[in-house]
Amino acid sequence: MPAVQETVDRVRQIDVDQYKYGFVTDIESEKAPKGLNEDTVRFISAKKNEPQWMLDWRLEAFRRWQTMKEPTWARVSYPKIDYQDAYYYAAPKAFKAPKSLADVDPELLRTYEKLGIPLKEQEILAGVRKQGEPSTLDGDMLEGMRSSGRVAVDAVFDSVSVATTFKEELKRAGVIFMPMSEAIQEHPDLIKKYLGSVVPTTDNFFATLNSAVFSDGSFVYVPKGVRCPMELSTYFRINEQNTGQFERTLIIADEGAYVSYLEGCTAPMRDENQLHAAVVELVTLDNAEIKYSTVQNWYPGDADGKGGIFNFVTKRGDCRGKNSKISWTQVETGSAITWKYPSCILRGDGSRGEFYSIAISNGHQQVDSGTKMIHLGKNTVSRIISKGISAGKSQNTYRGLVTAHRRATGARNFTNCDSLLIGDKCGAHTVPYMEAKNSSAVFEHEASTSKISEDMLFYCQSRGMSAEEATALVVNGFVKDVLQQLPMEFAVEAQKLISISLEGSVG
Amino acid sequence: MSLLEIKNLHVEIEDEGKKILNGLNLTIEKGQVAAIMGPNGSGKSTLAYVLAGRPGYAVTEGEILLNGESILEMEPNERAAKGVFLAFQYPVEVPGVATMTFLRTALNAQRKLRGENEVSTPEFIKMVRETSDNLGIGQDMLRRGVNVGFSGGEKKRAEILQMAILQPRLAVLDETDSGLDIDALRIVSEGVNRLRSPERSMIVITHYQRLLDYIVPDVVHVMAKGRVVRSGGKELALELEANGYAQYTDEAA
Repeated sequence: MPAVQETVDRVRQIDVDQYKYGFVTDIESEKAPKGLNEDTVRFISAKKNEPQWMLDWRLEAFRRWQTMKEPTWARVSYPKIDYQDAYYYAAPKAFKAPKSLADVDPELLRTYEKLGIPLKEQEILAGVRKQGEPSTLDGDMLEGMRSSGRVAVDAVFDSVSVATTFKEELKRAGVIFMPMSEAIQEHPDLIKKYLGSVVPTTDNFFATLNSAVFSDGSFVYVPKGVRCPMELSTYFRINEQNTGQFERTLIIADEGAYVSYLEGCTAPMRDENQLHAAVVELVTLDNAEIKYSTVQNWYPGDADGKGGIFNFVTKRGDCRGKNSKISWTQVETGSAITWKYPSCILRGDGSRGEFYSIAISNGHQQVDSGTKMIHLGKNTVSRIISKGISAGKSQNTYRGLVTAHRRATGARNFTNCDSLLIGDKCGAHTVPYMEAKNSSAVFEHEASTSKISEDMLFYCQSRGMSAEEATALVVNGFVKDVLQQLPMEFAVEAQKLISISLEGSVG
Repeated sequence: MSLLEIKNLHVEIEDEGKKILNGLNLTIEKGQVAAIMGPNGSGKSTLAYVLAGRPGYAVTEGEILLNGESILEMEPNERAAKGVFLAFQYPVEVPGVATMTFLRTALNAQRKLRGENEVSTPEFIKMVRETSDNLGIGQDMLRRGVNVGFSGGEKKRAEILQMAILQPRLAVLDETDSGLDIDALRIVSEGVNRLRSPERSMIVITHYQRLLDYIVPDVVHVMAKGRVVRSGGKELALELEANGYAQYTDEAA
């Protein structure tokens, strides 16, 4: 049998029942009544003890949303979502804000354990390791590299943050890192100033929905001149049946500040489709930098493509200040449908936007992802490196937009989109848009599509590797440029995830 | 027992059904270095690929025994773990995968199949360093993607490095001399000669006698039309150089 045929077969065998992280934790939850109307919005707002201005903000978004239509331009197809047939709020029952780890529901800690990702965060959560101690998790990728071993966690369990660590140390540095719901109470001025300033409530169907019903998320503010002393990390996890997830994250780096934020996701197995519509807003002021990294591994659906997460995310960064920088790095391996375009508005002169992406689709997954780089300021620079890998019967689209405004003289962009096909039943598509409104802008675009060749696989196999090991090696080589952009905390995890996503015999 | 016994091997290209090997018989003794010479299209490279288990070839008849055990049903990686190594005529590029990583992954995969422990990092680095120095392979080359941007000579040297690290019992060198200038030929040949051992057999496939000045074979086999048509000592290579292959292609016809 030719190797390519064999790979196709192997990939075809990938049964998503093998999805490692699919299980349901039985923490009872308190739900908002099913359906979506103004009362739902009021219920959520009341649950969170929100001030009137916040409720008004939500209601305005909700009214707007009612007039909007679900977008259909992406290369994804899915059954019509019944927005009235879902719950919009769920909190673990008997929830009280935990004062220390001892107060955290042991069921939740077990959940982290079951996730089987022995992340440094979990070590810390489980008390295995004190902050600052080196981790034992450093594998090949980390050779010779020193891991900081300092990660702060804001764990989002379903819709409510139930564990927040390192708060004190961050406080000393002046960094605010807390659940959005708390920030609304404690830092209303910052929230009023920045929430919705990058992704307005009117932005798009899913972002507007999020604005109306967002449950929780993270808020980060790094004050002037402060380099955040640790990586910030959040784990999103969808756990309640039929619960839409509407995370809202806002990160602000004030003048000269720096912060690196890691986000990772796994989800339990599900029969029904789960809607996820998160919004992430980043703001950098003069000379500030935000590095935002995501490893996404949500339930992709079963072997027939049934179930799985619908992931409609709006992520946008605003380089508001001069010489500021925003960098998105994402490793996308999960979800039935991914609709996600982390973007940068390069408003400040000399600002810089980066987008590094690995998007892997397998089984029946559909990915439509990419970025927008909007050059508004002078001498702004953007860089896009996208690596799409399609296997099984999946469809993987890169969709990108690069524009330079009239006053964005000296704008420069470099785009590199590579697609790798495994088997002959999948598809890879590249849809780049470019628009320069001034003659001094320089845009470069490179694209390639390749197949894992029979020759390459045979070469590796003839040296002793199995077809799976060979595929994993070739794919890891293909994505290396992007993997290098991930903080080391995540790189090893991501590398494993990539192999797991593509191998035939999981576990 | 001979290390390798090929009996009445018939091979055709899958899909096309084109017959390449027609009842080939060949025996390689332990520690023996056998040269296989022959005109283009005589089936030399096909033999090399079939030994290594490349997909796309159908064995319709015959047997290949390695240490008395049939390898026909084995995957390429299983054959590798049993000690089969093919130095490719056209080594394949694997972008983004450093030669060091590639080699280590391969070595550990083989060891795993054989039920052995993985090689330790210091041990592995030492192994590679010694061999690469001998082959004139610099550290920068080891860090680059496998064969990516390598010159023809570098690719062949890298193949020999892999062979030295993987320590095969049967090494098949498929036209290792093609595309090499005289200096590269010398370096590669010296690398191969260092690996000669009573425990290791080699099949050296070449068009030209030139390579055999450096890697002196114990026996020479002449292939034509998918069969071994003549066997002899190393002087046979000189005779071929003088007279060409015409008589064999005619004989076999």
